[in-house]
Amino acid sequence: MRRVNTTLKMSTSPHFRTRENVSMIMWHVNIALIPALIASLIFFGQRALFLTIVSVLAAIISEILMQKLFQKPISIKDGSAVLTGLLLAFNVSPAVPWWIVALGSGFAIVVAKQLFGGLGQNIFNPALIGRAFLLAAYPSIMTAQWISTRFSETWCTVSTVTGATPLNILGSTYKLAASDPEGSRQMIEQLGSSSSLMNLFLGNCGGCIGETSALALLLGGLYLLWKKIISWHIPVAYIGTMFLLALCTEFFSPFHNYVQIPLYHVLSGGLLLGALFMATDMVTSPISSKGKLIFGIGCGVIAFAIRKGGGYPEGVSYSILIMNAFVPIIDRYCLPRIFGKKSRS
Amino acid sequence: MGSVIRQTDSFSGGIHIPEYKELTQDQPIEELPVPRQVTVPLLQHLGGPSTPIVKPGDKVSTGQIIAEPSGFISAYIHAPITGTVMKIEEQYHPLGFKSKAIIIKGTEEETFLPLEVPAAPEELTKEQTLGIIKQAGIVGLGGATFPTHVKLSPPPDKNVHTLVINAAECEPYLNVDNRIMIERTEDFMTGIRLIMKLLGVDTCRIGIEDNKPRAIEALEKAAASDEGIYVHVLPTHYPQGGEKQLIYAILKKEVPSGKLPFEVGVVVQNVATVIAIYEAIYLKKPLIDKTLTVSGDNITSPKNVKVRIGTSFSEIIEYCGGPKKANSKIVMGGPMMGFSLFTDQVPAIKGTSGILLFSEEMGTLPPMQPCIYCGRCVEACPMGLTPVLLSKNIRAEQFDQAADLSLMDCIECGCCNYVCPANRPLLQLFKYGKLALRKRKG
Repeated sequence: MRRVNTTLKMSTSPHFRTRENVSMIMWHVNIALIPALIASLIFFGQRALFLTIVSVLAAIISEILMQKLFQKPISIKDGSAVLTGLLLAFNVSPAVPWWIVALGSGFAIVVAKQLFGGLGQNIFNPALIGRAFLLAAYPSIMTAQWISTRFSETWCTVSTVTGATPLNILGSTYKLAASDPEGSRQMIEQLGSSSSLMNLFLGNCGGCIGETSALALLLGGLYLLWKKIISWHIPVAYIGTMFLLALCTEFFSPFHNYVQIPLYHVLSGGLLLGALFMATDMVTSPISSKGKLIFGIGCGVIAFAIRKGGGYPEGVSYSILIMNAFVPIIDRYCLPRIFGKKSRS
Repeated sequence: MGSVIRQTDSFSGGIHIPEYKELTQDQPIEELPVPRQVTVPLLQHLGGPSTPIVKPGDKVSTGQIIAEPSGFISAYIHAPITGTVMKIEEQYHPLGFKSKAIIIKGTEEETFLPLEVPAAPEELTKEQTLGIIKQAGIVGLGGATFPTHVKLSPPPDKNVHTLVINAAECEPYLNVDNRIMIERTEDFMTGIRLIMKLLGVDTCRIGIEDNKPRAIEALEKAAASDEGIYVHVLPTHYPQGGEKQLIYAILKKEVPSGKLPFEVGVVVQNVATVIAIYEAIYLKKPLIDKTLTVSGDNITSPKNVKVRIGTSFSEIIEYCGGPKKANSKIVMGGPMMGFSLFTDQVPAIKGTSGILLFSEEMGTLPPMQPCIYCGRCVEACPMGLTPVLLSKNIRAEQFDQAADLSLMDCIECGCCNYVCPANRPLLQLFKYGKLALRKRKG
């Protein structure tokens, strides 16, 4: 009969742990982005895949270099650099040159992540910081060059407007409303038609690499909800706010389109990618459910304001970055109530 | 008519953990043969260590008092076996430190010294009953080991109206309370009625988790004839057996921060403590033995055993067949709040409810990773704390900020540590922070 060892492991309680670890969480998100990657391959072709691979490699290499420089253990196996690389690529047009994604990805990892202290220490979403940097440094490349999809119908490549993204088209149609009420009204009907919305839903339209296919993104989002990686609070608050604001502003628009145009807003641009994958990034979002709802609503308000009144057709990236800055104060004031006390402390 | 209330609602927070109850839930309690030698620590309860009243060379009978309480919060200790006191010296306590213990070498013949019970159980006054409970050295046997005679004397200005029995046994692996309720249902009910009379209450609510169907069946039958005794079947959720969570689940009342259950009119008792009280009053037997579960993934024959206090862990482990393969960890208690030991040459004490042997796989903890602010710790905390922020404050030695975030309300259940995907040392930091705050207070 065996005797008990003389060397026993000691630790304080608890002596059990859940099987989940940080790497598993990161890789689950990477897996959830695969449908969007496949959609980009289908609609934009090999170029999209090529740019994604460049971006991921640049992220990995930057992280290795930074961690070597600071003599920290190399942690690329945890999948967080891969995630940043994927998201950066998904946020740029498929028409940009390869060095743009490499630069953006490197900037994201070096400046927004490693210089803050590495995983868990960053305040802002690294991929979005990378995109913001690219937009500021190379505005014409980032905004003027787009690809139409391989199955595009004519409405997606209207030649009278600069750029071919759905939000560009919507924005210019509203601008035309005063000078050409009949033409713009017909345009809105076309944009809000079920075939148009179906194109947006499937991803058969212009835009950034990973943001176009609502179907692919929703599949990924459902996977994350199932695996309990994200909770419903931020996506519902963000998307819901956008929908409601779009609906409300239709009261004042010449078109009074209360269903199709709000749906168009939800399905176009980077909203679904942002609401499901970037606003929900754990490190840069609030820790309590109440905080998450406030965060999501704030993102929705800012994104919609930029879409309608700002200089860019798309406001999702900036809305998330601005709300990232509010997270510490949201966390401070949205703590749960202490058992046995009347308030949070 | 006493009734069974099945609830789906409980407390907020908490976690779902694997239970491993099936290893011993159908094992009847086996009594170990009387050990040849026992080591009886003088500190087996909350409060001050007891003062020995025997010296080396003295002959003692089973049940004879060998140590007296040293203050108001202290307890009597009795000889668990008949024999001779060999020495009184510093020995390793299961909690890891060295403390004074009385070592008794046993003789073949056993003589029992019963407790002094001045009248028949039904005729005892409240003071007499409390006196016997004190004499019997009974402390909270759920693990807290608070002297029971003190707990059963709440301040008279607090209107105590309900006795709550903690039959949740929410720690994985353990089946002590479960088996007691199945095998000694009548004694258990008699003990409850006794305590109800002592406290002057006519309501008793037994809180039990729904993973104990046989015990629930036994209680249902026994409580059917008792008005005022209710069985609340609660969802199996850790830490259902936490005193505050249990009271909330049953009565929907929150014990205010920093206060005790009698603030909401409740006194809580553990199942094993109820049996000990029954044995003291009805069988004149002081606290000389303890029922515990020997389990884990690395024990040959998991069992529920009754051992004399002071029996060495190594003897108990041997009785259960020893470890299956190379041992990695021994835990006294349950895996969530128990203590890991550095040796098996320590004695079973009043607070020992479990001995768990873990193999290399189950005994090894995953590596630590950076905190990613996932918020799972906040969701899991049954007290509504924010472990992520508390741990940051304590790491930076900002104990005042930690106190502001209600660090002292932590019940040390370990839920936060369990769910953390980065395996951060949350509970370790809280224990350190609480110690620092207590030292500051003086």
